[in-house]
Formats: sequence, C-alpha cells, structure tokens
Amino acid sequence: MFTFQFVSTVRLGIKSLMLHKLRSFLTMLGIIFGVCSVIAMLAIGEGASHAAQEEIKKLGSNNILIRSLKPAEESREAAAGARRMAIKYGLTYEDAARLHSTIPGVRQVVPMRIIRENVRFSRNEVPCQVIGTLPSYPEVVGVDIVRGRFLCQLDELHQNNVCVITVGLARRLFPYQDPLEHALRIDAFYYQVIGIIREKNMPEQRTQAGRMEGEPLDNNVYIPLSTSRTRFGEVLIRQAAGSFQAEEVQLHQVTIQMKDLAAVETADSQINTMLRRFHEQKDYEVIVPLALLRAAERTKRTFNIVLGSIAAISLLVGGIGIMNIMLATVTERTREIGIRRALGAKRRDITTQFLVETVVLSVGGGLVGVLLGIVTPYIVSHFSELKTIVTVWSVMIAFCISGAVGIIFGLYPATAAAKLDPIEALRHE
Amino acid sequence: MSDRVRMTMHSDEIIRLEGVHKTYSLGDEVTVHALRGVDLTISAGDYVAIMGPSGSGKSTLLNLLGCLDRPSAGKYFLGGEDVSKMDDDTLSEVRGRRIGFIFQSYNLIAQLTVIENIQVPLLYQGKDLRHYHDRCMQLAELVGLGDRLHHRPNQLSGGQQQRVAIARSLINDPLMILADEPTGNLDSKTGQEVLELIDRLNKDGKTIVLVTHDDRVASRADRVIHMKDGVIDRQVALKDRTNSTTS
Ligand SMILES: Nc1ncnc2c1ncn2[C@@H]1O[C@H](COP(=O)(O)OP(=O)(O)O)[C@@H](O)[C@H]1O
Ligand SMILES: [Mg+2]
Repeated sequence: MFTFQFVSTVRLGIKSLMLHKLRSFLTMLGIIFGVCSVIAMLAIGEGASHAAQEEIKKLGSNNILIRSLKPAEESREAAAGARRMAIKYGLTYEDAARLHSTIPGVRQVVPMRIIRENVRFSRNEVPCQVIGTLPSYPEVVGVDIVRGRFLCQLDELHQNNVCVITVGLARRLFPYQDPLEHALRIDAFYYQVIGIIREKNMPEQRTQAGRMEGEPLDNNVYIPLSTSRTRFGEVLIRQAAGSFQAEEVQLHQVTIQMKDLAAVETADSQINTMLRRFHEQKDYEVIVPLALLRAAERTKRTFNIVLGSIAAISLLVGGIGIMNIMLATVTERTREIGIRRALGAKRRDITTQFLVETVVLSVGGGLVGVLLGIVTPYIVSHFSELKTIVTVWSVMIAFCISGAVGIIFGLYPATAAAKLDPIEALRHE
Repeated sequence: MSDRVRMTMHSDEIIRLEGVHKTYSLGDEVTVHALRGVDLTISAGDYVAIMGPSGSGKSTLLNLLGCLDRPSAGKYFLGGEDVSKMDDDTLSEVRGRRIGFIFQSYNLIAQLTVIENIQVPLLYQGKDLRHYHDRCMQLAELVGLGDRLHHRPNQLSGGQQQRVAIARSLINDPLMILADEPTGNLDSKTGQEVLELIDRLNKDGKTIVLVTHDDRVASRADRVIHMKDGVIDRQVALKDRTNSTTS
C-alpha cells in the first residue's frame, strides 16, 4: 500500500520533471559534475597514493635501509685531502656489526656491496650489479628460489667462488645452456652458478639509482660478501664523465630487519644517533619505509580533505541550483497545489511530492554523475600515465551526498509549497 | 440551539451553519467582512443554488462549506461533525472523502491524463488505484469521455474538461458536490450539457450546492439562496422537496 503510493509519487515526480526536460537536465548538471568530479578526483588521488605505497611496501615495512651516499663536493675534498686519492665514504663493516649489536629489536642485518661489472659467459656479456651479501639476504628481502639454492654460511666462510643469479640474467646469459652446470666470469674470476632466484619485491629505487640506458632491471649476481671483499678489494674504480674516479666504499647498503613495527619506530632515531657518532660527514641515508608509508598516508588524508572540500562546494552549488529551480516550480505550480489540497491532499502530501521531485533530480544527477565518475578515471588512465583507482566508498559517499543534497535543499521549497493556503492557491493565475 | 434540538429537526440533514462569520484581514486594521452571520441547513439530496451580486460572499460561503477554510465565528456542522474545530489535516481528510468540487475554471492538473485526473482524489485517501480502475472507467463513461481516457486537459474542449472535473468530484462518492459557477466559462450549449449532467447526479441522490449568476441555471435547483452583503437575503423553494423559509 505504502510502497504503491510511493512509487506513484515518484512516477508523478518524474512526469512533472519531464514536462521541462531541458530545465531539469540543466538543474541536474550541477549535481552530475559535482558527483563525477568527487569520484574522479578521489580515484586519481587513490591511484597516486596507492602506487607510492606499493613502492614503499616493496622495501618492507619491517625493514630499515641505510645506503652509502657520496658526500657533497666541498666536504668530500676536505676529507679526501688530495684529488688523486680514492674518495673514501660510506658504511663500514664495523657499522654493520655495531648496528646488529646495539640497536634493540634487530632481527637481521644484511650488508651489501654493490659493484657494477660486466658478466660474461661464452660470447655473452651483460652489464650487471654484482652484489656481495650474506646468506640471510632472502629472509630480509622477499626472494623466490626458482632453482638450486641461495648462498650459505660455508660459501661465506670459505669465500667460495659461487654465485646466484636472477631469472632475467639467466635467460640473457645462458640462452641455450643450463646455468647450474656452468660458471660465469666476472673480471678474471669464474663463479659457479648455484641458484636462480626471482626477486619478489625488487626495490625499484635501487636499480634505478645508477641505471644506464636500456639496462634491464633484474640483472643481479649474488656472491658471498667475503668473496666480494677479497676479489674486488675496497677501492673501486668508476668511470664517470670521461675521467676515472677511485672510490673506497666498504658497504653500499645495509638492510636491517626489525622484529616488529614498534621496534621500527624507535630504531629510526637510534640508528641516526649511532651513525652520526661514527661518521664525520653525512655519507649515508637512512630510509624507513614505514615512516614513508605513514607520511604517504598523511599526505593522502590531507589530499582527501582538500578534494572533499572542493566536492562539497560543487555539490553545494548544485544544491543551490536545485533549490532555486524548485522555488520557481512551486510558484509556477501554485494552482496545482491548490487543486490537490482541495481534492484532499494533506500538507505532508504536498511536501512529499516536491521533496520527491528534488530527490529525483539530485539522485538522478547522482546516478549519471556516478557513471561519469567511474568512466572518467578510466579515460584519464588510458590517455595518461596516471594510475587511478575508483573505490567503492567514494562512489557510495558521492551518491549519498547527492541524495542528501536533494533532501536538504528540497525541504525549504517543499514546505513553502505545503504552507500555501488552499483558497489562495486556487485563485492563483 | 442545543445539540438535542438539532438532532431532532431532520434526520437527513447534512449541513448546518449557525451564525457563521468570515472576516479577512488585509494588512493592519483593514478587515473585510465577507460573511456576517449565515444560518443555513442543507439536507441529503438537496439541490441548492446560491445567487447574489458579485462580492456578496457566495464563493466564501462555498469555500467554507467545502472545508477549504474555517469560519471566523459561528458553527459549521458537516454530517454532525463540527468543522470549526478541525485541524488542517482533518479538513484535508474531510475534503477528500466527503466533498466533490467543480470549479469555474475546471482546475484539472495539466500534466495528467483524463483518467489520472479522475484518480487524483483516490491517491490522497491512500487507496490502491488498481482496485479502482473499473470505477474510473464507469465515471468516464458516465460523463461521456470513455474514449478520451489518455488525453491531456489541453487536448479537450472546455465542456469536456468540466465533465472530467465532474467525474473527478464523484470518484470518492462524496456527501455533496459543490460547484462554483460551473458554466461560467462555457458557451450556452456545452453549459447546458454540463448542467444536465449535474441534474442527473441530483436525481441519483447526490446533494448539490451550486453558485451561479444565471437565473435559468438557478431555476433547475430545488431551492435558491439569495445572498447580499455577506448574509442570506432570502431563500426561495422552487419545488416542495424541502421546507422553505424567508429571512
Ligand atoms: N482571501 C480574501 N482576502 C480578502 N478579501 C477577500 C478574500 N476572499 C474574498 N474576499 C472578499 O470577500 C468578499 C466576498 O467575496 P466572494 O465570496 O468571492 O464574493 P462572490 O463570490 O459572491 O463574488 C469580497 O468583498 C471579497 O473582496
Ligand atoms: Mg465568486
């Protein structure tokens, strides 16, 4: 019974709106644009922050990364003394040991030496990152062992000439052979391939840091840290801008895995304090993915508030448009109101009738806006690099707000219509 | 006059006005005294015409009878209920259920078809339109518009529109039908047809109160009430159906 009445009220509302199609459509435009822009903007914001967060999560939220940094020019000269001498900077083996023993809540410390060398097998030659590290590396950085095994304690202890390579490198270096049956050559030394791995979350930043044009991303060779130390020595020659530069770097990166998130929070400042004490210059950077993640989340929240305000304003403008039109409609239909009152309509029937019309306008606009709001981000990411994510809650919020706008801005015109005196209304021309 | 006396007068009495006044205030200190003490009774099945010069309060009286407004002073009993004490919702309820209106300017709703216009009073009684389809059809046939059900008012002539209004006034089977100059906007031939329709309704037992300027229209009624300056000047019984009095 009630539903029937409601349905016929809605139908009547639509009918009245269809009487002035253009006017109704123009009125809806405000809401359409409002809702569409809310959803689209939130989708772009969500996409951007999602991409950033994914990047950060790859680094591992339980991890803290410390990287060696070449210090700024002036301080470097002061430290090096003369131009000819190798520039000495960065993290040391002592740092790694000290971090392990002094910072509370540390589970693993994985030091890495990263050396750029060409790796050869037979006639193939591939530029690679030769990473000297410890057997605990796979526990800290997500790694799939595809074949064979990773480095072990014995390899480290005996400075074995063994290596583990990434899937991509295996494909490039051994197109027709089984890598595990062969040794590859770095410089003058041969390293037996003992395993093939796939890095699950290859930290993009690391590979991008010194990436050359066209160099594939996953060309990594892992060798025992002790082997790297003895085979390559501490002084590395690097060719940069036509001239050779000698650098003395013990460790390029130390990845610390903490026991839990709480430990990560406290360790941040402890690590900085400790490193400051033993380094005269700032030749390292501490990256806390968790902190970055938190910052990204904060940024996103601010972003959402800004977007929300813009959206609220545009919907407010849409709402005012609706109210304006509905007030005009009430005046225009005063006589109809009088007729309905004479035929038995109560005040609340009139209120309902006009409220339904406004809500039909705003919800109709909301629906169209939702459709456009879902399609727009799709088009945006199709024609640009921007990643977009339309979230269910943004659609629901936008839609609910459009409904609320209809009720809030329809209430005044509807009560104004209901307050009209029946006789006066019937006399209205 | 006490309630008991009133009850004993006429068992089929449906309307009783006792010293009804209506004043309109136009801004500060200016008031219009549209009705100045009207006493009137109407029984079931009566056919009453109200005549009088323009501004004598005919429409005001009809609006009061139709519960579109409440008297400023005096009492109005409709079917034994005191209208002067009703709130706005109850007045709406009474209008919808017990009164059928026919207006001079038809007052159909422009965006609705003939059948939908006839159905409007049902909506506000909370009735399921699907159960009333046959009745709507019957009424449309009765007023001779069975083949125009889906036309809009602007596709109909004035006479046809007024006949739709008559069908609409009957849909809730009201206690009485109030018509304010129903033929005022019609030429004499179509006016005649409409009046014949109204006559037939009265023959079938409906109570009719009709406002008119036209003596020939008034002559169809059982009783003519002449108004002047907001009071009933005299009442003339044309057929001895009811008791006539002269005040
Ligand atoms: N809403 C109103 N406000 C002020 N004066 C009114 C109103 N309605 C009617 N009147 C006045 O009341 C008197 C009676 O009007 P009405 O009943 O319409 O007369 P009739 O229908 O007999 O021509 C007139 O003087 C008219 O101006
Ligand atoms: Mg009048």
